[in-house]
Amino acid sequence: MTQTISDRPDAGSAGVPAEREHILEVTNLRKYFPVKSSGLIRRTVGQVQAVDGISFAVPRGQTLGLVGESGCGKSTTGRLVTRLYDPTSGSMKFEGREISKLNRRHMMPFRQEIQMIFQDPYSSLNPRHTVGTIIGTPMKVHKSVPKDKVLPRVRELLALVGLNPEHYNRYPNEFSGGQRQRIGIARALALAPKLLVADEPVSALDVSIQAQVVNLLEDLQKEMDISFLFIAHDLAVIRHFCPEIAVMYLGKIVEIGDRESVYHHAHHPYTQALLSAAPDVKQAVIGGRRDRIRLEGDVPSPINPPSGCRFRTRCPLAQDICAKVEPPLLQVGPKHKVACHFAGELGHAPKHPVMSDLLGVDEQGSPVPGKQATAVGNEPGYDSSWLDLKSGRTVTA
Amino acid sequence: MTTTASQDTSDRPDLSPEERADEPLLVVEDLTVRFPTHDGLVQAVTGLSYQLEQGSTLGIVGESGSGKSVSSMAVLGLHDMKRTQMSGSIRLGGKEIVGMSEHRLMKIRGQEAAMIFQDPLSALHPFFTVGKQLSEAYLVHNNVSRKAARVRAVEMLDRVGIPQARTRVDDYPHQFSGGMRQRVMIAMALINDPKLLIADEPTTALDVTVQAQILDLLQELQRDFNSAIVIITHDLGVVAEMADDVLVMYAGRCVEYGPGKEILTHPEMPYTWGLLSSVPDVSADADARLIPIRGNPPSLLSPPAGCAFHPRCDHTDKVPGGLCFTQLPELTPASTGGNHIKRCHLANPEEIYQTEILPEIAPDLAEVITQGNIDEGQREDEDEDR
Amino acid sequence: MFAYIVKRLISGAIVVTLVSMGVFALFWFGPRNPALPLCNIDTSNRCRTALLHSYEENMGFNDSVVHQYGLWAKGVVVGRTMELGPRPYKCHAPCLGIDYRTKIPVWDEMKQKFPATLSLAAGASLMYLIVGVSVGVLAARRRGTWADKALVTGSLLISSIPYYLVALLAMLWFTISLGLFPQTGYFPITHNPAKWFAGLILPWLVLGIYGSTAYTRFSRGSMVESLGEDYIRTAKAKGLPARTIVFKHALRAAMVPVVTIFGLDVATLLAGTIFTERIFSIEGIGKWGLDAVTVKNLPVVSATVMVASVAVVLSNLLVDLVYSVLDPRVRLT
Repeated sequence: MTQTISDRPDAGSAGVPAEREHILEVTNLRKYFPVKSSGLIRRTVGQVQAVDGISFAVPRGQTLGLVGESGCGKSTTGRLVTRLYDPTSGSMKFEGREISKLNRRHMMPFRQEIQMIFQDPYSSLNPRHTVGTIIGTPMKVHKSVPKDKVLPRVRELLALVGLNPEHYNRYPNEFSGGQRQRIGIARALALAPKLLVADEPVSALDVSIQAQVVNLLEDLQKEMDISFLFIAHDLAVIRHFCPEIAVMYLGKIVEIGDRESVYHHAHHPYTQALLSAAPDVKQAVIGGRRDRIRLEGDVPSPINPPSGCRFRTRCPLAQDICAKVEPPLLQVGPKHKVACHFAGELGHAPKHPVMSDLLGVDEQGSPVPGKQATAVGNEPGYDSSWLDLKSGRTVTA
Repeated sequence: MTTTASQDTSDRPDLSPEERADEPLLVVEDLTVRFPTHDGLVQAVTGLSYQLEQGSTLGIVGESGSGKSVSSMAVLGLHDMKRTQMSGSIRLGGKEIVGMSEHRLMKIRGQEAAMIFQDPLSALHPFFTVGKQLSEAYLVHNNVSRKAARVRAVEMLDRVGIPQARTRVDDYPHQFSGGMRQRVMIAMALINDPKLLIADEPTTALDVTVQAQILDLLQELQRDFNSAIVIITHDLGVVAEMADDVLVMYAGRCVEYGPGKEILTHPEMPYTWGLLSSVPDVSADADARLIPIRGNPPSLLSPPAGCAFHPRCDHTDKVPGGLCFTQLPELTPASTGGNHIKRCHLANPEEIYQTEILPEIAPDLAEVITQGNIDEGQREDEDEDR
Repeated sequence: MFAYIVKRLISGAIVVTLVSMGVFALFWFGPRNPALPLCNIDTSNRCRTALLHSYEENMGFNDSVVHQYGLWAKGVVVGRTMELGPRPYKCHAPCLGIDYRTKIPVWDEMKQKFPATLSLAAGASLMYLIVGVSVGVLAARRRGTWADKALVTGSLLISSIPYYLVALLAMLWFTISLGLFPQTGYFPITHNPAKWFAGLILPWLVLGIYGSTAYTRFSRGSMVESLGEDYIRTAKAKGLPARTIVFKHALRAAMVPVVTIFGLDVATLLAGTIFTERIFSIEGIGKWGLDAVTVKNLPVVSATVMVASVAVVLSNLLVDLVYSVLDPRVRLT
């Protein structure tokens, strides 16, 4: 007899159906890039498992932050959501409708609703197009605005992002980095999208300009009720902008939850290491350096990821079970999920694996005969009941 | 007087050994660097002065166009003197760098002073193995056999924490990850035990956990070699952790300079306030607002008259007579005294900072500092009473 | 790397075979009767229809194209007896056909003429590299100065004069007026190396210097770009002397695009340079091919086309191999 711990949440906290509450639901999304051999006949000899079974949900009108280091798959995820890449498997539901397998024609209307802001303001704008062309083309392609109304709308958008509306005839190289990023944002807003995927929108900018652009995005979100999938590697900016955060490592989500849980009660050793690595002005000023969790070595190759838990090769808590059984994302709080056998706050890691019973294995990870595994589902969103780690019992809200 | 690359052009002689012993390792005085271009004269650095002792770290903070990289490249004489106008003085170990002949400069580069750059992928030659590049750095300044140089290369790779150094020494740069490449650059810079290491944005292109490793490594190596480090960055967090002294640059000039702790807790120049308030801190109050500095960095071709920061400054109204628009402020000591100097016309910056800025950006920090001030004030009173 | 070379040679052989089929088909299905040229040559342009028909029959043009191609292909490998009009001729392997005019197997003639083109190509291409790249590097190091401007302007001037004019003028001045290089032409190296050299030195200089102008411009641009790379700044910061930086670090990176055009140029040179061969009386395959086209001497034309395609295949392979040596990031697959 199998029991599912997290059933698909049909009703959110207010009894609103999930389609209304979540603008984007991603379930078990995978993207593998084939590695071809050399030789006359190029066979596929391996797969780069860039994104390997992630699930998350972006609440309507809100922001989900996706944070991780290079090679974790966050940029690939952003491109999958906007269908710039086609997923290898998994489901993506936008406002309840499945978009992962749509062909080009059927995808077109959704492209109005899901737009992307790119990282590099220098290479993401065509240097041979005027700013007006860059911002106006989406409207022309989708015929969302009659032809004679395109230019007024372009000027409106320029003003909206804080640029001079009369500059629509200028070329990108006449603008600074921060201004170009604003042009990119104006372009993304041209079709009045409901979901914006921002792929490292401020990393390439100067510090003082970063703040300007972040504030602009915040204002736009409030005014236009846009949902964001905010991808970055800067923990501080993510924390400032996103009330909900997912931490990725080597193609998997290792921890996901609201801001308070992730930043102040991080349960996954990787999240804890990330947080301790971020330079802290306040700490240094008050005095003394806090102890940094040193992560040894490099990120393993996504072509051949470690068995079981992918983080185990660098994890200070790794034990036998970590190599044998991959820990699923387990909900441990009202809005907090962790994928770790020894999940716990910093300095309070449990001595015994927290999920071994659920998974039907003993403490070293070997299967226990006669014991059935309880399926821990990988569904987006949160359930109304979760496993409280301190007491070891299931708690319901 | 005609000059060739093999002759010194400076009219400032090197210091004598006695004078050298008194002086800090690196002394920059009134350095000015200008580039004549088609569009006009780019005033990259103007009147910059600072000092650095052996074994300590100076953090130079600024954004693009502040002149921080230009000034550091000048320390190694890396500018093409045919296209540069440089004046002022840079003394490294008593030797005058400005106007030094190319011949003598080559001896210093990589030997007494070394530099590591921002993007290790493009800063390492893609066609040569890491071992060859390291050996080359060693052979240039040491007359040893190739084999001995290779041994030293492996030694350095091991020292900076590259696993399996003996096999990896024959790998190419593209076969290393970003963090490993930066370690290779550090190994290459330190292979001749330089007295001064200049790190130009060494961690900007790296992930945050790798950044932590690299900063730790730099501090460790500094302890072992007793080298002086100049770290150039725009990241205040990096500066907070690594730097003993901090120099803030804007539009080619120094606008604030002093001990790191003081600058970060009692900054007295609106640009520094702007930098501190526009960067979100990972452990700061979640309700803290991000207050960006409005406007754009200034043009170095025609910087604004008076104080270069005035177009972006919110406090010009507090200065009587519109001085900010007409007169360039001089570097004056801050109210905390000591070595802290700032370039601003404001009469009471400390007050403004405590009352206006701090509560906005770090309400809990404001408490800590105020408490610290109260404690200090109490201690002073106690001392006086005694 | 060995497996890669074998793979490339196999695909190269396929390309050459396809080219041979193409040439064969071109003449077979061409607008004019392919037997007509031979008939004209034999009868000094007094070819009558009945004779023409018998030639066609003998040469197999009434047969199917596939069968005839098969015979031709087999002949390349083992030799065959060809019927050219009334008489049969023996053509030993490799049989590329019988010259319509001289009735000598094309292969034998090729063995005499190709070395001339090869010598000319070797010398000229060496000059491209030595002169072109040196001047380009010199200009790049002194970019912006009057020396740079003079070199670039000079090379531009030379390249804007049509080549045949340059060659003719050189011939007139040096050989005829000044008598400096009295005997231009190809003399086999095996017989008399000194004469071989003396006969080719002027065409080498002319062709070499003229062609090197492109290399000057190209190398200069490539060097300037290479010198602006970050790793050059690192090299300087290490304390390396300028010569090492330019010739060891910058030049190697700058050579990659130059190698590309060099490969193309070598292939072109090996296919025969018509003006040079004509003007300096070098009996190479360029001249030979041009003469054959005029009288529609099919076997010779097809042979020269085959040589050109083999040259292109080989030089491309060489270029790719050189890339992988220069740039370790290039992996041959």
